Amino acid sequence: MIVEIGHYALVLALALALVQSVVPIWGAVKGDERAMALAGPISVGQFVFVAVAFSALTYAHVVSDFSVVNVFENSHSTKPMIYKISGVWGNHEGSMLLWVAILALFGALVAFFGRNLPQTLRANVLGVQAWVAVAFYLFVLLTSNPFARFGQPPMEGRDLNPLLQDVGLAIHPPLLYLGYVGFSIAFSFAAAALIEGRIDAAWARWVRPWTLTAWVFLTLGIAMGSYWAYYELGWGGWWFWDPVENASLMPWLAGTALLHSAIVMEKRDGLKIWTILLAILAFSLSLLGTFLVRSGVLTSVHAFATDPARGVFILGILVLFVGGSLTLFAARAATLTKGGLFAPVSREGALVFNNLFLTAGTATVFVGTLYPLMLEATTGGKISVGAPFFDMTFGPLMVPLLIALPMGPFLAWKRGDILAVVQRLAAVMVLSVVAVLVTWMLKGHDILPALGVGLATWLMLGSLAEILWRIKLFTEPSVSLRRAVGLPRSAWGTFLGHFGVGVMLLGIVAEGAWKIEHVLVMKPGDHIRVERFDVAFERAVPNSGPNWDEVIARFEVTDGTSNPPIVMEPSKRTYRTRSMPTTETAIETYGLFSQLYLAIGEAQGEGVAMRIYWKPLVLLIWIGTLIMSIGGVVSLTDRRLRVGAPTPHRVAAAALPAAAE
Amino acid sequence: MTRKQKRLTLIGFAGLVLAAAVGLVLFALNDRITFFTSPTDLAVGKVKPGTRLRLGGLVEAGSIERAEGTTVRFRVTDGANTVPVTYTGILPDLFREGQGTVAEGMVGTDGVFKADTVLAKHDEKYMPKEVADALKASGHWGEDAAKATLKK
Repeated sequence: MIVEIGHYALVLALALALVQSVVPIWGAVKGDERAMALAGPISVGQFVFVAVAFSALTYAHVVSDFSVVNVFENSHSTKPMIYKISGVWGNHEGSMLLWVAILALFGALVAFFGRNLPQTLRANVLGVQAWVAVAFYLFVLLTSNPFARFGQPPMEGRDLNPLLQDVGLAIHPPLLYLGYVGFSIAFSFAAAALIEGRIDAAWARWVRPWTLTAWVFLTLGIAMGSYWAYYELGWGGWWFWDPVENASLMPWLAGTALLHSAIVMEKRDGLKIWTILLAILAFSLSLLGTFLVRSGVLTSVHAFATDPARGVFILGILVLFVGGSLTLFAARAATLTKGGLFAPVSREGALVFNNLFLTAGTATVFVGTLYPLMLEATTGGKISVGAPFFDMTFGPLMVPLLIALPMGPFLAWKRGDILAVVQRLAAVMVLSVVAVLVTWMLKGHDILPALGVGLATWLMLGSLAEILWRIKLFTEPSVSLRRAVGLPRSAWGTFLGHFGVGVMLLGIVAEGAWKIEHVLVMKPGDHIRVERFDVAFERAVPNSGPNWDEVIARFEVTDGTSNPPIVMEPSKRTYRTRSMPTTETAIETYGLFSQLYLAIGEAQGEGVAMRIYWKPLVLLIWIGTLIMSIGGVVSLTDRRLRVGAPTPHRVAAAALPAAAE
Repeated sequence: MTRKQKRLTLIGFAGLVLAAAVGLVLFALNDRITFFTSPTDLAVGKVKPGTRLRLGGLVEAGSIERAEGTTVRFRVTDGANTVPVTYTGILPDLFREGQGTVAEGMVGTDGVFKADTVLAKHDEKYMPKEVADALKASGHWGEDAAKATLKK
């Protein structure tokens, strides 16, 4: 019964979305206040109904109601509770339900926080948001119904893919979806602005917090997925340039560009048309990601089922929204007024530089991801585009961007002085060169990693220098504390975001250049020396959990000091229902950021194949992304950017002193 | 600078970045991609020795042999033809005889495919698409294999 209520609630949500997609926009055209005002309550109602539907499916999973096809295929009565819950979105139908639930949540939030938006803009935004919602409700209800029942209910379920029975994977999809779907708000704002044919700095101020929120979640979601791949797959890699990873990287890159171009629009009333285009692109790439991952055109852990009907449906949605919005853009972009002028060397110029390289980077990832698909569709030729392609294309494009990054925030708006910037950053430059030389001498005369460390130093110290100059630590230390407190939160956000990039780069360089890998067969009693560690295989121990059996390999690791040995226990698990093995790695962190990583392969006679890694500074990769996300959150708490979108007058007054800096 | 000059500088620079990106992509597409082949493609000599390839097919039943250390030999088949493969390293969890696999590496002059990466499926219900296509192409796409890829 509860499941049927859930199904019915989803249909009602669709009905509400249909009303919401027409009435408010019609009201905005006719100037009918009541019709426009309807958008708010309807979007809240939509969210309530979707929440009911989502809760109903969660209930079915929690109580293991195997008469529901979705539960039967993805759950098992002995599965731990946390994975019964995460199993709700660990499958195609449930994850699409989560998608629409988050879409409805964002719609309701815009309705709630956007009460002081201009009435027509709010009506149009919520109307466009409802178009997206209608498309996806139809997709779920027509092709991916999670509430379908069996006539003859089976006794036991088929269990969730064991790779997905993991805490990392329990939170990765919701985070990622909050990011993907969050860009729908920027998209709706862009479409609404085009429909109205009017756009100003206030628009950017309203859009930026939503974009920033989406960006923070997307950053965390990608980082979480990457860390999961690192410890769960047992290959020790953290990024494989797999098409499904690229599918999330593309909207992230476009979203990062959007965040930066929206600053120009907000502060200088410039780059309007470009910003609108980026808003459309960011969400289009999110839709493309959904298509790639959900349609089954790609083979991966994310492709739960290949059903051509679903692929065609999502492709239809993709074509409709991307094509529609770009047509709208082409028709209306010319009506938007041009913004302020700026010299090539200026803050605006630096942000344009950022946008150029980020979008060029996005384009290379796009080509690398879609070229194999297009080639196969047109000529039938099958190729694989992997890390070597992206190292060759995406890598070089990021280098100028990262070199320029610390200089951007130093440049003044309108016309900057590059010499003054170089002067202020002279000490940082010297320190970065020193970092290159020291790394080169200490780490085996390898020039590329040394340059990488230098660039990471440049990024970290450069962004630190900027914030220290702003609080006048070098010129007037007596006022520093007061200035530090008075500095807008977004300045701290910028600092953290940029600093995080440097930290992440340092992790990437160190892991890439100095990791140590051993693959060998070990028997009980065998030792191996890895870096400064002595890794000793003691014995294999059988063990069992709620829905799996495992063989644990017990290792004792000493680190060359008198510290007592540490026990590490990687294991090979077999999940009973699917009789599918998984590798459970054992990871030990040393010196805060470096990790020793043990993964078991198959048993060979008395021995077992082992993969042992030493991963120097590897944690910095994810700590860097975490710092970037924290930067985003700090920025969000800035008065000017508060999600509540303060009234334009107050904002304009508050923005002036900051803009003058 | 006048408005026009500023705009031209911007467009010129954008064009430069775009040209650089296009150049890199074209170069990399020439040089840094891997072609996918089936055992039949190899057998009929469609491929020069020494090119990097992805080889897809089923792991032939009874063909897995362990050698020294972590080296393993097996044969990949698409039903019509078979290619011997050697690999040193750890096989993925779902690598099994009779199941689909994708091996990446090169064919040596002795006709043995030397793999440096071996991939299997993420899920026991699933078969890599390339493998399914290779089987279809060789006419060995049976009911069982079809069941293995399609849900239910």
